[in-house]
Amino acid sequence: MAIVATRALTKRFGAGENAVDGVDIESRDGEFLVLLGPSGSGKTTVLRMIAGLEDPTSGEVWIGGRMVNAMTPRERGIAMVFQSYALYPHLTVYDNIAFPLKAQGVPRSEHEAKIGWAAEKFGIVRLLERKPRELSGGERQRVALARALVREPQVFLLDEPLSNLDAKLRASAREELQKFQKELGTTAVYVTHDQVEAMALGDRVVIMDHGRVRQVGTPAEVYDDPADTFVATFLGSPPMNLLERDGILLGFRPEHVRAGSAAEGAVGFRFRCELTEYLGSEQLAYGTLQDAAWAGREVVWRFPSWDPAPAEGSVQDVYVERARLRYFDSSTGLRRPAP
Amino acid sequence: MRRWLGPALVAPAFAYIALLVGLPVVLSLYLSVSDARVGSDTTRFVGLANFAGALQTPSFRGALIHSFLFTVISQALVIAGATLLALSLKEAFRGRGLVRLLVLLPWVAPISLGALGWKWLLDSLYSVVNWMLAAAGLVDPMNPPMWLGEPRLAMLSVILVHTWRTLPFATVILLAGLTSIPRDIPEAAAVDGGGFWRTHFTITLPMIRPIVLVALLFGVVFTFTDMTAVYILTRGGPADATQVLPSLAFFTGILGGDLSGGAAISLFLFPMLLLGAIVLLRIARRSEVT
Repeated sequence: MAIVATRALTKRFGAGENAVDGVDIESRDGEFLVLLGPSGSGKTTVLRMIAGLEDPTSGEVWIGGRMVNAMTPRERGIAMVFQSYALYPHLTVYDNIAFPLKAQGVPRSEHEAKIGWAAEKFGIVRLLERKPRELSGGERQRVALARALVREPQVFLLDEPLSNLDAKLRASAREELQKFQKELGTTAVYVTHDQVEAMALGDRVVIMDHGRVRQVGTPAEVYDDPADTFVATFLGSPPMNLLERDGILLGFRPEHVRAGSAAEGAVGFRFRCELTEYLGSEQLAYGTLQDAAWAGREVVWRFPSWDPAPAEGSVQDVYVERARLRYFDSSTGLRRPAP
Repeated sequence: MRRWLGPALVAPAFAYIALLVGLPVVLSLYLSVSDARVGSDTTRFVGLANFAGALQTPSFRGALIHSFLFTVISQALVIAGATLLALSLKEAFRGRGLVRLLVLLPWVAPISLGALGWKWLLDSLYSVVNWMLAAAGLVDPMNPPMWLGEPRLAMLSVILVHTWRTLPFATVILLAGLTSIPRDIPEAAAVDGGGFWRTHFTITLPMIRPIVLVALLFGVVFTFTDMTAVYILTRGGPADATQVLPSLAFFTGILGGDLSGGAAISLFLFPMLLLGAIVLLRIARRSEVT
């Protein structure tokens, strides 16, 4: 167990802009910290610098109270699960899991017990004699996790470990992963571009874009109180509605739109429905506002699938409670108080 | 049209192999069981008499031993050297392109040019190697080693020159093999705590074993059948001390006019090499990894 921290961590490849630009993050002990961002946001590079696979251009990496910049990956007490799983293809599952033990000089007599324990945890005992190519994607992922777990590292680093699984398997693997991490209480830093994964797994989420941290917070904080328009539109699908007027952006989530005329403490709009989508558990209505002040602004409205959908081309009253409204400065994109 | 296109496209390759490989093999098979000599126009079938005759001569038995020494030592050096070179050339460093080019040079330069360079480097009077060794105080300048004139040194010299010559190709093959390993795998090994030696001996090298075997097979077959280094540097001398089977076959069959004897010598190792090739390819296929 350990705290992972970076101080002004920066990475520049060649002459271009900084891939990672002054990143300061600090995990709590035993926390599941998720780095979330679109591709090219620098999240994987941050993880690789924490692992020691990439040298920072400047800045520091701290693990368990030690500055580890000068340490090799093996000295950092970390375990990493790669997106591709990076299993050793010519070794059996048993030997794959044994590799970190041998490399760390764990006495041979302890191998069997430790490997048995890790294999038991991930339900892969019957696969120990197989080669990686004889395993399914889900089984490979479990082997990769067992290999990371077996040496009881101070910190787990996970680089999109679920992205190669099919959608159904991903949901159950997500649940399991969370269960193991809670059970072990080992600090985990998890990189993903999938906001659902980030929200589901993270104790806290670090949202990154263009090499910078945009916001750090619990899933609820970053979703309900985005620090800027990037976070507001990156999280949520469809993203937050943003309406511009007089240098201020008014934001509200599609699910906070309600049918009916505005009562006390709410803001009303005239909504003209252009298109509806039925998605099973919910429906989406895409439309434009008809009020003089907001004429032509596009809005998405999300409502349960059991509610009647507005007819395409119809105009109706909708409202959003004031407590749900968020305001941003339209030039900087940053949050600002209500005008 | 479609029925003929495929065969038509493959035909040149077939013709090429049949004319340049098949025909000479068949011809030498025929010659090796006949009593053909340059200048005589009647030939008789003599069975395996040429092979039996060759085995009786000391020069053949010497050449057989030299061929094995030449091949085993040079290819052991090549595989070890190529592995080291490929491992170092895979890493990114300043001037890597230039170093790669320099490593490849012995292979792309005409061998006659390279071997003549070596002939001069190892010359009995003007040897640059001796001059440097003498300057460093390692050899007696009045009585320097005769690199191509003393039996053991001559063998060592042809082995080293042949190693120098075949090293680049093996390096390129191994480098291609190492490059085909996904970057994640050595990185995972590094995070798992594997140091340089453990990572290479238990992960990287076993992963490219099929490719190493192909390089080795190629090198062994090539070396058993090649005479360039021997021919240019020593002509098999001094006193047959560096004679290998291909050079002996050449001297016997072409320069000596004993076509059937030369053919028998050159075909002597054919069954063994064929068997070796099949075995190595099988091992390579079995150890293939996905």
